[in-house]
Amino acid sequence: MWSFFHKLGSPPWLYSISGVILRLLLPVTLVALGVGLTWGLLFTAPDFRQGNSYRIIYIHVPAAVVALAGYYVMAIAGAINLIWKMKMADVAMKAAAPIGAALTFIALITGAIWGKPTWGTWWVWDARITSMLILLFLYLGVIALYEAFDNKEAAGKACAVLSLVGMVNIPIIYKSVDWWYSLHQPASIKFTGESSIDSSMLYPLLLMIFSFYAVFTCCLLMNMRAELLQRETRTNWVRKLAAGGGRG
Amino acid sequence: MYFDSIEALLSMDGHGGFVWTAYLITMVVIAGILIAPVRRKKKFLQQLAGELKRAQAKPGNSQEDM
Repeated sequence: MWSFFHKLGSPPWLYSISGVILRLLLPVTLVALGVGLTWGLLFTAPDFRQGNSYRIIYIHVPAAVVALAGYYVMAIAGAINLIWKMKMADVAMKAAAPIGAALTFIALITGAIWGKPTWGTWWVWDARITSMLILLFLYLGVIALYEAFDNKEAAGKACAVLSLVGMVNIPIIYKSVDWWYSLHQPASIKFTGESSIDSSMLYPLLLMIFSFYAVFTCCLLMNMRAELLQRETRTNWVRKLAAGGGRG
Repeated sequence: MYFDSIEALLSMDGHGGFVWTAYLITMVVIAGILIAPVRRKKKFLQQLAGELKRAQAKPGNSQEDM
């Protein structure tokens, strides 16, 4: 167990094992994404009330779910860096921010596009949508704050603190549809109790949620690998890798 | 397949513009976040390989010196 954590702190080991994981996960991700998209777009019946516009659910919900999960990854990695000064946690935190921002952007833009035919408006300043917009600003804030520092150790600490403070927004996003009056519908998938979505729509949705988690994991590992190489420029293993044309 | 023609698939009873735009934007963003680290890594390694070659070409310099 402890030897695993020791290995996790070794950049060449992390670079190598993440390469193995990516070789397996990336094809699975692309296939799952392709099947999920085709299933949701072509093989499900339209919603009886919303018609075909409901098909946006297959990208909107997975993007929102994984954008929130990505924030946990970023904040927990930041906390690990603050408490145990683990450099790889700092690499993971920095790697998670742009992916989280991209997924939050997808959730917001697809939500706006779905809102027009369903609610008659692109945007409303209700609790769910506004708190998701704050999530986007938190992700962008972490990216900007990291770039603003010349000293990367200080940048890591400042971003970790910002991520942890921003955690307060996460339960607000989850509970916003219950706490405040909102145009946004409450959750359709429930872990406890019966989901309010038909199984013919639920299965492709679950596949798309899995696909988005897989996309997040692949992007996180790829961003971490690129960041590791840049941080370890002066080491022999990176120089050997560069001299060998990047194979390894 | 639910739709019986390509036209029906594209129009989606009037919602096609919304649905296809949302999917297109999503795919472009996902492709972007998947490709960006690959390009960043490739560019970095090429740059470093070039630096190493130049350093080796200089007389009296070796890789270990850097």
